Amino acid sequence: MRIRKNIAISENGFIFNPLTGDSFSVNETGIFIIQKLKDGESEETIIRNFMDEYELDTYTAEKDLNDFLSMLQNYQLITNE
Amino acid sequence: MNKRKITVAVTGLNNIDSPGPGIPVIRGLKESETIDVRIVGLSYETLEPGIYMHNLVDKVYQLPLPTAGSTVLKERLKYIVSQEKIDVLIPNFDAELHNFIKIQEDLKSELNIATFLPSQAIFDERQKSELGKFGDKYGVKVPKSHMINQVLEIRKLEETMSYPLVIKGRYYDAYIALSYEQASSYFYKVVAKWGYPVIVQEFVTGTEVNVTAIGDGKGNCIGAVAMRKLYITDKGKAWSGISLEDDELMKISRKIIENSQWRGGCELEFIKTKKDEYYLLEMNPRFPAWVYLANGCGQNHPEALVKMALGEEVQPFADYQSGKMFIRYSYDQIVDISEFQQISTMGER
Repeated sequence: MRIRKNIAISENGFIFNPLTGDSFSVNETGIFIIQKLKDGESEETIIRNFMDEYELDTYTAEKDLNDFLSMLQNYQLITNE
Repeated sequence: MNKRKITVAVTGLNNIDSPGPGIPVIRGLKESETIDVRIVGLSYETLEPGIYMHNLVDKVYQLPLPTAGSTVLKERLKYIVSQEKIDVLIPNFDAELHNFIKIQEDLKSELNIATFLPSQAIFDERQKSELGKFGDKYGVKVPKSHMINQVLEIRKLEETMSYPLVIKGRYYDAYIALSYEQASSYFYKVVAKWGYPVIVQEFVTGTEVNVTAIGDGKGNCIGAVAMRKLYITDKGKAWSGISLEDDELMKISRKIIENSQWRGGCELEFIKTKKDEYYLLEMNPRFPAWVYLANGCGQNHPEALVKMALGEEVQPFADYQSGKMFIRYSYDQIVDISEFQQISTMGER
């Protein structure tokens, strides 16, 4: 799973998808996950980092990450390739 | 750099809530780095806001309405060129294009006015009523559509098409009908405004995406910029939009311009479905009112058109910036009655 080509992400969490013209704002947690995806990290690594950064248990980290990823997928911001 | 001085006549000065492309075209021309353009505005109504925009339009002449025909139009243009030389003329209304295409050769040979228009045959090919054939010929998906002249024909179409249906006028207007009652009411509404035939089209769901493009008439697409509307007026006109980066859409658009050997500016209106399929809804035979966005993205289409009209070779634009937005605004101009009187009584200002 990775961020689609050409998606522009600013440091303050503003995301622009030039394919659809859609723009979004994400919070600090969102930026954290998107940055990891951008760096090419695996889902397992992201969960581990996510747990460490926000002191989460595995269940909560997985659930929140999956929710967020499905939202990103719904808005065509990530691809499974 | 010394700019070449030329005079360009432009129609479509109706910069209203459903604007004509004239003023955006003029803004593009005024921003050219190589040509210094004097603008002669050509208007149909005395309240077209562009008539009174002195910073953009240097001189204005009224034209006879398109229904008066091409002979009357030519006579009027003869008078205008007796007053001042016109190098290039850019018509911007669908309804007037037929007349201009008809006299384009005479304009060049008799009045020395250059235009850059498609031939009548290519112009006719992309008529809304011929869209099905156009799609087949150039390998682009189009929604199923039928032309009708009687309201009862809707009943017959119900056998092969299901609601919602789109009821469209031959030049403008489109309404989504959910039932026969709605469809028949829209049929009469469209007939009253635009006459026959009325187009009944399959409703394709998805996101509307539009492309402003320009072709050289020799099978080359000189420029194309894609846009998605972000905010629309109650008439469905874009009040704000953003340029897109969509390779597939660009590929389809270029194919249409190249294969049809389109000559001049145009607007391609598509629906992108959830399955990422593109359906061509319309090909408008002139620049759209949002053509200035192309300029903002790095492609000055009006300037390219003027150069090609003058016989110059123009290199195709390689790319453009996505993420550029346009946001329209309305603006009250204060005009003295004497100026309105001038255009109303003398037909020029």
